[in-house]
Amino acid sequence: MADAVAVLAEAVGAIAGVERAAVELGEVVTHVPRAALLSVMATLRDDPRFACAQLMDLCGVDWPQRAERFDVVYNLLSIARNHRIRVITTTDDATPVPSVHGLWPCATWWEREAWDLFGILFAGQPDHRRILTDYGFEGHPLRKDFPLTGYVETRYDEDRKAVVYEPVRLAQDFRDFDFVSPWEGMLTLPGDEKAHAQRVIRPTEQG
Amino acid sequence: MAEPEVTAGETAERRVVEIDSHAINFGPQHPAAHGVLRLVLEMDGEVVERADPHVGLLHRGTEKLIEHKSYMQALPYFDRLDYVSPMCEEHAFALAVEKLLGIEVPARAKWIRTLFAEITRVLNHLLNITTYGLDVGAITPVMWGFEEREKLLEFHEAASGARLHANYFRPGGVAKDLPAGLEERIADWADTFPKLVDDLQTLLTGNRIWKQRTVDIGAIGAEDALAWGFSGPCLRASGVPWDLRRSQPYDMYDQVEFEVPVGRNGDCYDRYLVRMEEMRQSARIVKQCLARMQPGPVKVQDNKIAPPLRAEMKRSMESLIHHFKLYTEGYHVPAGATYTAVESPKGEFAVYLVADGSNRPYRCKIRPTGFAHLQAIEVLSKRHMLADAVAIIGSLDLVFGEVDR
Repeated sequence: MADAVAVLAEAVGAIAGVERAAVELGEVVTHVPRAALLSVMATLRDDPRFACAQLMDLCGVDWPQRAERFDVVYNLLSIARNHRIRVITTTDDATPVPSVHGLWPCATWWEREAWDLFGILFAGQPDHRRILTDYGFEGHPLRKDFPLTGYVETRYDEDRKAVVYEPVRLAQDFRDFDFVSPWEGMLTLPGDEKAHAQRVIRPTEQG
Repeated sequence: MAEPEVTAGETAERRVVEIDSHAINFGPQHPAAHGVLRLVLEMDGEVVERADPHVGLLHRGTEKLIEHKSYMQALPYFDRLDYVSPMCEEHAFALAVEKLLGIEVPARAKWIRTLFAEITRVLNHLLNITTYGLDVGAITPVMWGFEEREKLLEFHEAASGARLHANYFRPGGVAKDLPAGLEERIADWADTFPKLVDDLQTLLTGNRIWKQRTVDIGAIGAEDALAWGFSGPCLRASGVPWDLRRSQPYDMYDQVEFEVPVGRNGDCYDRYLVRMEEMRQSARIVKQCLARMQPGPVKVQDNKIAPPLRAEMKRSMESLIHHFKLYTEGYHVPAGATYTAVESPKGEFAVYLVADGSNRPYRCKIRPTGFAHLQAIEVLSKRHMLADAVAIIGSLDLVFGEVDR
């Protein structure tokens, strides 16, 4: 089984345009630049060695510190050969990714979702509406810089007899606890500050 | 319908009659919408020309919330996705976290999870088939099915303490062992259950009205079903013998014997037949699980991941520290990503989990099954009658907690 996955990863890596392919946790993961995405995807679908007839999932992952902040992750499934291939491409919030809805019609809703939640643009996608958020929603809620509590809240106003949108007012500030243990990586324990400030660092301790 | 107009250059005999198609809103509050689905239907008389589902009315931002919770706190959100088959959703998340942690779950926990995944499957199919019957006019199945569901929910309650939102499967095993006597009760139920399926079958399978409403309605071929991302009973009804329990087994599914029912026409009737047979197979799996289950631990013996015994905490300082650390900070999951799928009653339910080495998921994408099925309603209901759209929605087994997340 492990051999089959390694062989598959090697075969995927040999497709023209693939940046790299590897086995991670027993799953085939391949990175593809945007420009080569459509040709690689068509190969993965039509080549009998891969035969990925199904696009099971398409999603974004936000890494704000990277130059191209979004990963677009495609999870493909071949029921003929019983394997999965994960294709990852990157983009930023202004550069569109070629749409794969021509290869798998089900991609339309997944791409709408990625647009809605992350603001990832898809070139050639005829139906680029939002899907999960409210009508008239602003922003892309799954971005890391979008606050958990959002910006607006909605309620039914009895006086105006209408649903109204208002800025979020929190009765209590949002508490985000930092559970990372303070002891980890700490060389000077509390109470030892004075001793450590006067400590002469010997050459052996520097390394 | 627009008023017929006589435009310039046309005689009274040769008139251009323009007929506007009606657009009607099906839902969001409609008993046959199975939750909050707003379906904008463009009609040509009583025939559906175009169906545009608007989803997201039940969107609660589950994925965003999970990013702000520890792995242990994230689990209960899965019950609330597909609230008709809660334990199968938990299963996907538990397996994903276990894969990232690289831990092996004890055998008894695996048997219990397989057992309850199948009980959940029966729960789900009972609800789907009977309410689907209700949608097209059959009242009795609901009465019978819900009585049986209540028995199964008692098993849920006995094991986890909750009827619906179980929070029972955990990364590393299950929350606690089965109470004494439950195994016998489940065994008794598994013996009598096939009789209920037989009875249910007499109500529906040969029923003339039922067949008129479902046979050849919403048919989809194997190739289209694959292209539209179908999975589970909907895909099998189209003649594709694909079941993750068989082809990519997890937990103890490679140790049990069961058959994968496959349909031929991919219509509403076949989807119903596949689910009926799956319930019988589930009862078979339940019996095998009970027969082969041995006493033993039900979670990993690593108190960094699974909480220590309550009794031990009273005596052991070590256990107390573990308990405190586990319920405040939780455990750290090594960086990595996995796409882990399970065969939920509706089809492939998967979690794409990205960990960054901290105690919280960096990204937890939930792959809902119904999302892909609902999208295909456009092709399934094209040129069908309005009433058939209801039958199609029922046959797809949609739950909006899962579709909208």
